[in-house]
Amino acid sequence: MIRTLAAASLRRHPARTILAILGVAVAGALLLDMVMLGTGMRESFRRFLLVQGFQLRIAPKGTLPMDTEATINGASALLRTLRTNPDIIAITPVLGAQIHVLQGTRAITSFAVGIDESTEADYQLEAGTNVAAPDHIVGNAAFLTAMHVHRGDTVDVVTGFDPQLRTYVGRRRLVVVGRGRFFYTSAEQPVAAVPLATMQAMGGPERADRVSLVLARVRDSANADSAAAWVDRTIPRVSTISTDAAMRQVDERMGYFRQLAVILAAVSLIVGFLLVTTLVTVSVNERLGEIAVMRAIGVRRVHIVQQIVLEGVTLSLVGAVAGLGLGLVTAHFLNAILSDFPGLPATFHFFLFQPSAAARSLGLLVIAGILAGVYPAWRAASLPIAGTLRREAIA
Amino acid sequence: MTASDTRAAPQGDSLSTAPVVAVRDAHRDYRMGQEVVRALRGVSLEIAPGDYVAIVGPSGCGKSTLLNLLGVVDRPTEGQVLIQGRDVGAMRDREATSFRLRNIGFVFQRFYLMAMLSARENVELPMAEAGMSAAARIARARELLDYVGLGARERHRPGQLSGGEQQRVAIARALANRPGLLLADEPTGELDAHTGAEIIGLFRRLNEDGTTVVVVTHDGELAAAARRTIHMRDGQIIPPT
Ligand SMILES: Nc1ncnc2c1ncn2[C@@H]1O[C@H](COP(=O)(O)OP(=O)(O)OP(=O)(O)O)[C@@H](O)[C@H]1O
Ligand SMILES: [Mg+2]
Repeated sequence: MIRTLAAASLRRHPARTILAILGVAVAGALLLDMVMLGTGMRESFRRFLLVQGFQLRIAPKGTLPMDTEATINGASALLRTLRTNPDIIAITPVLGAQIHVLQGTRAITSFAVGIDESTEADYQLEAGTNVAAPDHIVGNAAFLTAMHVHRGDTVDVVTGFDPQLRTYVGRRRLVVVGRGRFFYTSAEQPVAAVPLATMQAMGGPERADRVSLVLARVRDSANADSAAAWVDRTIPRVSTISTDAAMRQVDERMGYFRQLAVILAAVSLIVGFLLVTTLVTVSVNERLGEIAVMRAIGVRRVHIVQQIVLEGVTLSLVGAVAGLGLGLVTAHFLNAILSDFPGLPATFHFFLFQPSAAARSLGLLVIAGILAGVYPAWRAASLPIAGTLRREAIA
Repeated sequence: MTASDTRAAPQGDSLSTAPVVAVRDAHRDYRMGQEVVRALRGVSLEIAPGDYVAIVGPSGCGKSTLLNLLGVVDRPTEGQVLIQGRDVGAMRDREATSFRLRNIGFVFQRFYLMAMLSARENVELPMAEAGMSAAARIARARELLDYVGLGARERHRPGQLSGGEQQRVAIARALANRPGLLLADEPTGELDAHTGAEIIGLFRRLNEDGTTVVVVTHDGELAAAARRTIHMRDGQIIPPT
């Protein structure tokens, strides 16, 4: 009977009920988007840093992360030293450099990384095969477009190119064997991967034994931070950062941003709460006579409260479910807009849907809906019966 | 339907002389800021089981106030109200609510049915509150609607019924839990003479079937149908001369 009555009073003003549900849905969508935004950027950074499970980034000392000009010399000695640590179970060196692709009189600029053939450390293959021979190259979609090439074509690649003098340090004809998605560069910037040895050789004697970066994987049972400390102690010319440490820095820097997201999420919760309170209050106030009659014929106060609270819960529950859909659609849309921002890596996602986080935030919204109904319900159920009936009879 | 169906708890011979209602020197003051309205000024009365009492008097003399005390929706400022031997003025809200549910049937001038529920659901409401099973209360609601002559209208909403029909549904609702006392405040006040007469007939039949009835009314015909009339003025009962 309580359910019948709750459903009946929601049906009494269908337009009002639908508007309230829509309002709660919008609040829920904003709440969900803020939660998705708060976790999405952090998670993107983490995935970013934790490429293929390499928890350590070993870079030349005193450089900024992803600085492509600075390099570490004595690369082979460095790799040998790293291999002596039993906690480090895999290493992959990377050498980044600017390259030019010569096409007649034109020279088109691109960025390239020399990588260990055994790991796709910096990219994920989308089509074709990986670099397996010294004359192989894998480019991203922007690279293939900029160079007007397809898989199987040959490109004329030079390093250390001087556009005025048209001189270069190294030159190779490389076969495009695959297309990949590169993690650290934006989708519109051309970038390619070649075998590390090819990259080192093209840099001339000066680059023969250099790398920009070494990624290392630490065994699960070992502590990545202490492995990083060991590397820095043992090899003074590098500085090492673990994923965890990098995440702590990211967290620190994104602190303000996350706070903002939390505040906006809280605001949308409050808006949802106020919406339900308003609707329940309005609906209760026009039913004071009905409630007094129910009390007069012997309906217990708790049953009246239950009925009214059930109305609030229904509104917020339906609103939350609608908000989930709306939130996902808007997040998708906003993500597409934000990802077009120039210079952002293609794999960077601003919004991340985590079912548990979504359930928690929308659960909060439903709890807010329950609380919103309790006060007006209790107040109405506690009015003096005779006095209320008398007032209603006059009205 | 027989008498025992609508009557309250079966009244044993030994109990039949004990009054259903006993009011002892009841006062009811309404405080409005500085002013005090003395709606009842020392009312005493007894109503025996099976009686049919009409309370009459000029507007504002305290009839509704008295009826609200009998219905346990209000408390006396002073004095005692005993219903079936229980001091209802001293009850806590929870107890008073349950007492109303099981012992009192209320009929209002404006019917006050739940607009979104059907006639049958309206009659079921007090039975659902009393914890009766759905099957049992549907059966009884149908019986009661038959009794008030609305068996064919059980699915209709109040908005689809005339005033007189709504009042009959309200009477069926008041009888749902077999109350010992049926109270009505101006039950014909919103009805024309013809439909009013139907309601008057229904009350009489109810009383003949054993229900104790108290009505407050300005309607001479309704008052005339009662076995006994209590006259009030200025918050007091005028003693019969
Ligand atoms: N809740 C209240 N607050 C203040 N005064 C009240 C209240 N209820 C009743 N009164 C006053 O108490 C007096 C008696 O009111 P009551 O409703 O009992 O009269 P009544 O005999 O039923 O009148 P009517 O025939 O017009 O219904 C009136 O003066 C009324 O104004
Ligand atoms: Mg009155």
